[in-house]
Amino acid sequence: MTAGTAGTAVTAEAPGTHAADAAAQAAREAVFDAAVAADERIEPRDWMPEAYRASLVRQIAQHAHSEIIGMQPEANWITRAPSLRRKAILMAKVQDEAGHGLYLYSAAETLGVSRDELLDKLHTGRQKYSSIFNYPTLTWADVGAIGWLVDGAAITNQVPLCRCSYGPYARAMVRVCKEESFHQRQGYEALLALSRGTEAQHAMAQDAVDRWWWPSLMMFGPPDAESTHTAQAMAWKIKRHTNDELRQRFVDIAVPQAEALGLTLPDPDLKWNEERGHYDFGPIDWAEFWDVLKGDGPCNDQRITTRRQAHEDGAWVREAAAAYARKHTGQPGEAQA
Amino acid sequence: MTTTDTTAGTATATDPALTSAALALGDDALVLAQRLGEWAGNAPVLEEEVALANIALDLLGQARVLLSLAGDEDELAFLREERAFRNVQLVEQPNGDFAHTIARQLYFSTYQRLLYAALAAGDTPLAGLAAKAVKEVAYHQDHAEHWTLRLGDGTEESHRRMRTACEALWRYTGELFQPLDGLGLDTTALEAAWLDSVTAVLTRAGLPVPSGSRTGAWRAGAGRQGLHTEHFGRLLAEMQHLHRSHPGATW
Repeated sequence: MTAGTAGTAVTAEAPGTHAADAAAQAAREAVFDAAVAADERIEPRDWMPEAYRASLVRQIAQHAHSEIIGMQPEANWITRAPSLRRKAILMAKVQDEAGHGLYLYSAAETLGVSRDELLDKLHTGRQKYSSIFNYPTLTWADVGAIGWLVDGAAITNQVPLCRCSYGPYARAMVRVCKEESFHQRQGYEALLALSRGTEAQHAMAQDAVDRWWWPSLMMFGPPDAESTHTAQAMAWKIKRHTNDELRQRFVDIAVPQAEALGLTLPDPDLKWNEERGHYDFGPIDWAEFWDVLKGDGPCNDQRITTRRQAHEDGAWVREAAAAYARKHTGQPGEAQA
Repeated sequence: MTTTDTTAGTATATDPALTSAALALGDDALVLAQRLGEWAGNAPVLEEEVALANIALDLLGQARVLLSLAGDEDELAFLREERAFRNVQLVEQPNGDFAHTIARQLYFSTYQRLLYAALAAGDTPLAGLAAKAVKEVAYHQDHAEHWTLRLGDGTEESHRRMRTACEALWRYTGELFQPLDGLGLDTTALEAAWLDSVTAVLTRAGLPVPSGSRTGAWRAGAGRQGLHTEHFGRLLAEMQHLHRSHPGATW
């Protein structure tokens, strides 16, 4: 969508009357709706409904926050990785997540919100991040399980976002997805090494999968019937599939992978349903999902406290960079290396 | 058991002096990568998460090539005792605040850049590695210098912190120029060039060049002889614990 639909120009041609304003508004909405219907991309300079903008900000911010909070459970194992090769892979992965955070905060900035505002909302609990990161990484195998299951679930969610109606988000997601699929392969490979390793390593891998399987299924969000955002997000083509569709897709992919890994999934009801052409799976503990979402997960406090501490500890560094930039360029400084 | 995806690590050095030099330089890179890895998730700004991880990854890559010249990288990293490590004490010093990390980076990356430039121009088996590494290290030095300027010439607080950090780590810098057998380097010239470079940056940043001794109570060369500071044992305990808990396992 590139036509000149900027609101100010249209309003200027119809000075004064409410009727003219309403007509101009209707015209802008029609252009927007037509662009969405035609699968065109909405770009930052295009007019968009305020609710669309707000919905995107919410979603992109939550995604960006998930990337940077998600660094914590994995960074927990960087210093203890059991081989130098695994250490390098894990460091690179955590670095990629910081990079994803950067792309996504930049995408949000195109909607008129600054990174500082969004970080403040994260730090004060007014915006959320994916609840999966409120679970702890207790053993090395958790790093593999996160790569395989959590990144796998994330990819299932995110691949359709590469076709999202908002251009900057869609383009950010193309880069993110490429890197995520690399991470997922590495996670799978790390788990495979454990599964085929010593008895203790195999047990470590199985324990991790047992703990991460159900929370991974919860990553797709509440069942469609209870999802407050899905219908509108699909109408705007921000989202392309429902939570339950994506969850099923993930289960169908994961089950044969678990078999190839030589690991079991902790669900006695999991079985192929010939008629549906999908795997059936057991009931998800939604009470746990809502508890974690509301802040009662094992690590909610720890994640936010760590994040806030890093931000507060870094305040003097950011102030120094800004002061230096003002002195030397006369520009308001940004703490960028 | 070791998969090295770097090019120079295929042959193990046969010259014992060179093996010992590769071990010393490999340990420097490994230990500093380990320290920088502790920053993940805790950096003052998202751009620095990326930058510090980038530097750590470069150093880890260098360490893997160098240690592979001396033996099996994982055996060397995970199964040696504290007294067998040959890294300088500077790299094992705790991260401290961001100023301490930057001061450590400034001192070390300036040294490493001069060292690798000299090695790249020489004819030892380390020349190939050094030629690649010197490009990476040029970025590390640039990063450290820019932050030294920002912190030294930023706010009163950042100036005070950076000055404190530069002074605190100064005593570990003499050791960098302990001659390493097998490399044929003119360490006196290296040290003079290092002092010139660091002095110039500190001066531009409005920071005094620390006046204290450049060696601690231990004589210079302590880390190279396997004498470390108390911080190092804990760094190794954390790094080695998992690997040592599963003898003979592959990962």
